[in-house]
Amino acid sequence: MFENLPSIIIGIVLINNFVLAQFLGLCPFINSSDRTDKAFSMGAAVTFVTTMASFVTWLVYTYLLKPDAWLLRKLFAGTMIPKIGLQSVLQTAVYILVIAALVQLVEIFLRKKIPALYRSMGIFLPLITTNCAVLGVALLNTSYAKTPLSLLEAVVQGFFAGIGFTLAMLLMSGVRERLSRLDVPEPLRGAPLAFIATGLMALAFLGFAGMG
Amino acid sequence: MLKELTKGFFKRNPTFVLMVGICPTLATTTSMKNALAMGMAVIAVLACSNTIISLVRKVIPKGVRIPCYIVIIAAFVSIVEMLMKYSLPLEVSEKLSIFIPLIVVNCIILYRAEDFASKNSVAASLLDGIGMGGGFTLAVLAISTIREAAGSGTILGLKLSTAYDPVAVLTLAPGAFIVLGSLLAFFRWRSLRKIKAAAFVPAPRPSASAAQEATA
Repeated sequence: MFENLPSIIIGIVLINNFVLAQFLGLCPFINSSDRTDKAFSMGAAVTFVTTMASFVTWLVYTYLLKPDAWLLRKLFAGTMIPKIGLQSVLQTAVYILVIAALVQLVEIFLRKKIPALYRSMGIFLPLITTNCAVLGVALLNTSYAKTPLSLLEAVVQGFFAGIGFTLAMLLMSGVRERLSRLDVPEPLRGAPLAFIATGLMALAFLGFAGMG
Repeated sequence: MLKELTKGFFKRNPTFVLMVGICPTLATTTSMKNALAMGMAVIAVLACSNTIISLVRKVIPKGVRIPCYIVIIAAFVSIVEMLMKYSLPLEVSEKLSIFIPLIVVNCIILYRAEDFASKNSVAASLLDGIGMGGGFTLAVLAISTIREAAGSGTILGLKLSTAYDPVAVLTLAPGAFIVLGSLLAFFRWRSLRKIKAAAFVPAPRPSASAAQEATA
């Protein structure tokens, strides 16, 4: 039951890092990696949402969407639907609505319980809905998984995908805090140089590929 | 009206100028074939969603417009996903894999829905969708041409020359970031040069009549 977890964790944090190897979640990566504190709170929020989203979307997929799902057999007994499943038709829409609802819940919870954190997150919180890392991990956990994952494996993959994202954000914010004090040629300032620096970082992470 | 179509190509190119929807421009540009397939998918989704959103823009209540847009977009993304899964060669659809369903969270689509289609006529929105999708396609084609030609030494799968060894790292993740960063810098350099050239135009001299008025 637990023997796959180490390879999942190392795979998703280092070898297939969401930002540096799979190109997921680049918009928040470039937009909020200019300061370390901002990078950390963005990473924490994304990690929280990817974990929750992995849990909920796995349940939705397994019991509602995939071929021969339990709820489909109950609801549409005797028709073709349980055999084909609803994943190709409904998956995208259902996942994005689930994620949007989750982000909304997190927002309400934070506003009521931890208002200071809520204020510091500002506009980034609702924008996590359209962060492709969240929908990406939900898809990689379910219909795009190479081998079917158990609920525990899906949640662990979701959590550590967020950790990998946070790691890349923190490394990048360190680089960019230094870059911001240098005299960089004007066309390269900001995003272009950030992308090139990310490329060099990805080159270093390429070294982990041999571990797979 | 034609302006709505062409503005997305260069002047307001979604990738190089507006810098929205970056993730697929890196993931799907390992070869020109993949980039072309991705570009077509984005054009299809953007044109359809822009048209429908513009059609229903007066019916949707303001408060729930974003969820409505997302559902409309998700519907078209599902259609495109199914079409591509059964029509594309396996090696292309495998490479694009999750990036086709991820079009639903691509910032370009929602940005055009909110910023353009919800305020403009159906025809203009359709043209805007095709133009912006076309701009995205041009951008991914530019990136993928560089990556494929330099990284695997081919153009659309055809061998260019045997005179040099391809730099394989360009087809991997680091190459994508570096090529995009350099192209962004190039486009910024161009627009900065234009702005500077405009700023250096000498101020118009006071005309003769203005000078006369001043002395009078």
